[in-house]
Amino acid sequence: MATTMITTLDRSSRSAARGMSDLTIRNLFIIPTIVFLIVFNIFPLLYSLGYSFTDFRASSPAAANFVGLQNYRELLNDPFIWSNFAITAKYVIVSVVGQVVVGFGVALLLNRDIPLKGLLTTLLLLPMMLSMAVVGLFWKLLYDPSFGIINYTLGLGSFEWLSNPDMALYAVAITDIWMWSPFVMLLSLAGLSAVPKHLYEAAAIDRAGSFYTFFRITLPLVAPILMIAIIFRTMEAFKTFDLAYILTSQPTTEVISIRLYKMAFQEWQTGRSCALAYIVLIMILAITNIYVKYLNKVKER
Amino acid sequence: MRKTMTSMLAGIGLVLACGTSVYAQDKELTIFWAEWDPANYLQELVNLYEAESGVKVTVETTPWSDFQTKAFTEFNAKGSAYDMVVGDSQWIGAASEAGHYVDLTDFFNKHNLKEVMAPATVKYYAEYPSNSGKYWSIPAEGDAVGWSYRKDWFEDPKEMEAFKAKYGYDLGVPKDWKQLRDIAEFFHRPDEKRYGVAIYTDNSYDALVMGVENAIFSFGGELGDYATYKVDGIINSEQNVKALEAYKELYSFTPPGWAKAFFIEDNQAITENLAAMSMNYFAFFPALINEASNPNAKVTGFFANPPGPNGDQFAALGGQGISVISYSQNQEEAMKFLEWFIKDETQKKWAELGGYTASAKVLESPEFQNATPYNKAFYETMFKVKDFWATPEYAELLIQMNQRVYPYITGNQGTAKEVLDALAADWNATFKKYGRGKS
Repeated sequence: MATTMITTLDRSSRSAARGMSDLTIRNLFIIPTIVFLIVFNIFPLLYSLGYSFTDFRASSPAAANFVGLQNYRELLNDPFIWSNFAITAKYVIVSVVGQVVVGFGVALLLNRDIPLKGLLTTLLLLPMMLSMAVVGLFWKLLYDPSFGIINYTLGLGSFEWLSNPDMALYAVAITDIWMWSPFVMLLSLAGLSAVPKHLYEAAAIDRAGSFYTFFRITLPLVAPILMIAIIFRTMEAFKTFDLAYILTSQPTTEVISIRLYKMAFQEWQTGRSCALAYIVLIMILAITNIYVKYLNKVKER
Repeated sequence: MRKTMTSMLAGIGLVLACGTSVYAQDKELTIFWAEWDPANYLQELVNLYEAESGVKVTVETTPWSDFQTKAFTEFNAKGSAYDMVVGDSQWIGAASEAGHYVDLTDFFNKHNLKEVMAPATVKYYAEYPSNSGKYWSIPAEGDAVGWSYRKDWFEDPKEMEAFKAKYGYDLGVPKDWKQLRDIAEFFHRPDEKRYGVAIYTDNSYDALVMGVENAIFSFGGELGDYATYKVDGIINSEQNVKALEAYKELYSFTPPGWAKAFFIEDNQAITENLAAMSMNYFAFFPALINEASNPNAKVTGFFANPPGPNGDQFAALGGQGISVISYSQNQEEAMKFLEWFIKDETQKKWAELGGYTASAKVLESPEFQNATPYNKAFYETMFKVKDFWATPEYAELLIQMNQRVYPYITGNQGTAKEVLDALAADWNATFKKYGRGKS
């Protein structure tokens, strides 16, 4: 029966009236997507792979010369690039851990019957709906040492959040945490509401403490969805650009995307920047793979 | 029938639309520039051209931090969005070698612009390579770095007395970099929310480098030999080490949060009563004598970049020349515009509107020199200017200098000697990569 449903069309449908076969309809839906992917994703990806082995500069009419692995070799031997990677790693750790702690914490607080829960959740989601550039610009004002509201509220005098090289990266991460914790909160909330109530009831009957309940019931059951949130946020944080670029120009906040941007569009070292983009891509793939493996493990449990 | 009618109407519409746009294109020119006051003055000037010739000219702008990226993205894509660009002086090598700019040598010679325009503007805005006799731009906006200061603070009898007691000489416009430092230190009073000096520190483009250049050039140093690409012993010379140390010391007398400061912040230092002295391009001084934008306009004074310890006095060159873009569809119209732009009366009007003309005749006129409190300083400075590298790989050199110098100035990392030695090595490697300096 099921087979019949898949291979034949309802005679009264518009597609049937136009005489389209199932194959045509399938192609109609899939081919544009595949063409789009090939033209805008796969082709540039392969093309830039080719460029990464050349000394091509988009700003110069000179022909590109094949230089083998020179770009990769020089990039991986460049202490500035390694410093950019170290900054990025630090940023990813601070930012993602912060978002998980804040986001999951708020989700736990919201996962109970409280008045105006819907409105509260919606309001908490507002930061992630804003544009990165706008968030960057107004947090720059909030951090201002002369008139910023953060120093005023915390009584920090003229503490320099963005000009202090040691503090600037944390300031960018705090802004990112403010913006993206709601995302983690939303996914956690979905996970938390799916935890069967009877498990808590059983734990209560067994007189399990709240600490025990959290670590033995809540966390393991929310873990898979929390892992998905962490994967997304890690990938995003790894390639972060806007916030760090707008908020400060400290070398201590020059994450790898900013270096890549400067190399590609200010210095116009197109070949070398393609190589750097590939190095970043490989790193993101590797990190995501580790996460996905861990996610599958968590799911199996 | 209905279908045929619809198709016909659509066809007629299309033809009309295309026709209109072609007609409009013939009569329109777009000039690309950075977003700042002179671009507004230029728009006012070109409105006069429209009134005269009927050709609409639009000055399109973008923030300084994106100016280079946006311009070169368009050039590299061989786009025709802009007909002319008022491009930075250091772009000229990259843009001319890549064929983005139309060669204006014939135009330059025909109108004898080498004599008409101030020599420094011809050398740095128009000619590439150096002394080649090939010209790519018409000097449009002359500019250099100068200083503004709070006359009321300087002339306060109590301050004058205290200053003399502390430093042993009279408080006044600094006669050299040593005095500049002393005055900055004297007025630096964080408890009173008053600070000594505002300098350029933004490292996203050329602001910080321009600021440091003011010190380097006046201390008798150079960035390198622009003809041979030699940098060893020049960028890391004794004078440059001292100049960099002096600039770093000035940073310690700046207002809090001064690690990403450029022209807006430096003017704010004067308008918001933050600093006693402020470094800025002359192009931003009109805003400081305007009471609408500066409540301290009446008590704001100006001076040229002071000499260094050996009496050398130079300033970092700003400003731009106007070039015709090779991919423009309206090159002929653009050349006609340039013919109008270089006329004496246009240049005079340009100066009146607030633009910094590069026309020697206008600059030398007493009328121009007495028009504002800073025009005379500007005129004098324009004969003592030096600029950054203009080679096609200048952007890499600029980023390398930012990477080395910024952590030292704002983050206290390393010594001036270590920073400049490392920079010399970076620049040598870059020049080697592009085969420069091989004869």
